[in-house]
Amino acid sequence: MTLAQAMLAVLWIGISAYVLFGGADFGGGVWDLLAGGTERGRPDRALVEHSIGPVWETNHVWLIFVLVVTWTGLPSVFAAIASTLYIPLTLVALGIIARGAAFAFRKASTEPWQQRLFGATFAFSSLVTPFFLGTVAGAIASGRVPPGVAEGDLLSSWLNPTSLVSGALAVGTAAYLAAVYLTRDAERGGDTELSERFRRRALAAGGTVGVLSAAGLAVLRADAAGLFDELTSGRALPLLAVSIAAGLASLALLWRRAYVAVRVTAALAVLGLLWGWALAQYPRLLPGVELDDAAATRSVLAASLGSLAAGALLLLPSLWWLYTTFQREHVPPRDSEK
Amino acid sequence: MGGPLATAATEADLGAARTQMALSLGWHIVLACLGVGMPAITLLAEWRGHRTGDRNYRLLARRWGRAMGVLFAVGAVSGTILSFEMGLLWPGLMGTYGQVIGLPFSLEGIAFFIEAIFLGVYLYAWDRLPPVRHMLTGVPIVVAGVASAFFVVTANAWMQQPTGFDTENGRIVSVDPWAAMFNRATPPQTVHMILAAFMVAGFGMASVYAVAMLRGRRDRYHRLGFLLPFTVAAAIAPVQVGVGDWAAHFVADYQPVKLAAMEGVFHTERGAPLHLGGVAVDGDLRYAAEVPNGLSLLAHWDPNAEITGLETVPAADRPPVNAVHLAFQTMVGLGFALLALGLWLGLSWWRRRDLPRTPWFLRASALSGVAAVVALESGWVVTEVGRQPWIVYGHLRTADAVNPAPGLVWGFLLVAAVYAVLTVASVYVLRRLARSRPVPVAPQESDVTDYKVV
Repeated sequence: MTLAQAMLAVLWIGISAYVLFGGADFGGGVWDLLAGGTERGRPDRALVEHSIGPVWETNHVWLIFVLVVTWTGLPSVFAAIASTLYIPLTLVALGIIARGAAFAFRKASTEPWQQRLFGATFAFSSLVTPFFLGTVAGAIASGRVPPGVAEGDLLSSWLNPTSLVSGALAVGTAAYLAAVYLTRDAERGGDTELSERFRRRALAAGGTVGVLSAAGLAVLRADAAGLFDELTSGRALPLLAVSIAAGLASLALLWRRAYVAVRVTAALAVLGLLWGWALAQYPRLLPGVELDDAAATRSVLAASLGSLAAGALLLLPSLWWLYTTFQREHVPPRDSEK
Repeated sequence: MGGPLATAATEADLGAARTQMALSLGWHIVLACLGVGMPAITLLAEWRGHRTGDRNYRLLARRWGRAMGVLFAVGAVSGTILSFEMGLLWPGLMGTYGQVIGLPFSLEGIAFFIEAIFLGVYLYAWDRLPPVRHMLTGVPIVVAGVASAFFVVTANAWMQQPTGFDTENGRIVSVDPWAAMFNRATPPQTVHMILAAFMVAGFGMASVYAVAMLRGRRDRYHRLGFLLPFTVAAAIAPVQVGVGDWAAHFVADYQPVKLAAMEGVFHTERGAPLHLGGVAVDGDLRYAAEVPNGLSLLAHWDPNAEITGLETVPAADRPPVNAVHLAFQTMVGLGFALLALGLWLGLSWWRRRDLPRTPWFLRASALSGVAAVVALESGWVVTEVGRQPWIVYGHLRTADAVNPAPGLVWGFLLVAAVYAVLTVASVYVLRRLARSRPVPVAPQESDVTDYKVV
């Protein structure tokens, strides 16, 4: 494996982590949006807030990680993507700031009208941000971002069939992952009614994502035939098969209420799709640009990968500790201490 | 490749991109300072509370923790916007030099992860962990906060002193990322910034309690809430004056044109005077009070040293003088004012172990947070506007780095509107946080344990 390949793999690991963790936080916001009126939606919103509160900032750092690794390892690709797709990316940036700030503000506010206002901002931006991120992925996948600075069409690069279907798929995936994770969180919290509600949502979202994925393949066939061929008959086929199998298994596990196991299969279904796309497109990053044309110099790759490896030694145990701390049930302090 | 050639960005688009970057950077830097300084001060209060058993300290720590939760969230997202804008607005910079400054950003990413992870545990597991272990979870937040400030500022220092790379025909052919990171501007600039972060956080937190004390809430809780952060900031102020001098010497030696703009020196001269005030009109600084030989002495420790004037570079390579000169004077003036405020308290404390009797001390202290922020912003104006017209000093012009896509003005207007709403909402929520649940005159244990942190 060359250093450039290693850097690309690290980038894809970052994207995967962002989709699995950060994506689910967006999905939580989507369920917040769909939870219904203030009274009826209260337990759902409380669960969403309780689950993502301690971890969303950490999950969000994966996005920064992805941006930094891209401009370090593939500077010209970063410049081409950011300049051509500056409209959806600006909307993503605004969505991120509205969502993060509103989430924190809602927590800190006490009056119902404020909680509703900030809550609505949080929920709405949770819906639109992954959509625009998805259109960016679609633009890259369908080869609409040419190399160079702002060389692509500023509108049709991300307003096209592949982008729109990947935008919808991104929202659906986020909602699906969130529903799967929240089902187990609700069950652990002892609220059967709530976990049943999220189980139904997970089943519905899972079905929708499945349909959207199939529609996405049909769109790819018409819009990005090369990628479609690689996915359906080339070397990415095994990953696509894994994704489909894991997706079907997830529905079965949800049906049987195996809430822990379904977390694994749901994640696997998403990962299969992500890595399948990567493998199908490799080594072409942009039209006419392959990995070796775009990769940074060896010294940069070596220094960055070395630092990230050293950093991972600090990071992985800390991440593990964070997630396990908040996946354990909290024993409230004894009355005598109050 | 085949597509139409991107036309150069219009003046309006360049102006919009620069203003947008200045707005989002200037906004984020305040949050970043609080993110670096506040955890340390909060931890100090928690530690004092643990050691002395004083409930006031423990309640302060909880209250600050709650504010930190909000500030950190907003800072995390406003920082993300900057990563986006590096590419959205300055693809000419990132496409070529992204790899040269990639290493410090990768390291910053790790530091930021550590910060976010431990902040999550520190804030949300306050009641789950025993006191000492809880305080220990705060230590990585402080270390990682300072480290990320260091890493990010090294990237800016590189833009002032680009080094560690070779180009051929505009393409980077070799890079020494460590040399780029530890360039000559790195030591003075990073230290200056990290100290500034603690001053902004300390004076900023203290001014909240100064206002409360002016309104008559003079109990121990409010006194400690004022004294602890104020002492931290005031102790750093004299060190910062020395570090500022170091940074100025650096600019004098390696960015002489920036120094000329800071001081309004149009013509090279020996024994140059220090200019106080003044306006640049038609290639001359007018109405300035002059300290004879002052600039030569301060910049080079020699009253007859030669100071390079702006005339040594073509007009197109000169930064705007008035903005840089005014910003520099503002920063230095406010820095010394904050130092004097700290000395005032020090003198009064030494004499009679109390705050100065006059309400003017608290009135001045109530403004110290704003003053520290204005000084911080002014300092960044000096650094960034003083580097113009270059984005990478001597290598790449800002006008050549900007995204040539049309319509940046509209993006800027949208971002500005969002930031206006964000500012209003942040101030509103923080004011509510400061006021809600009025603090009891003598906090009881239940006040401390029942105070919800996040």
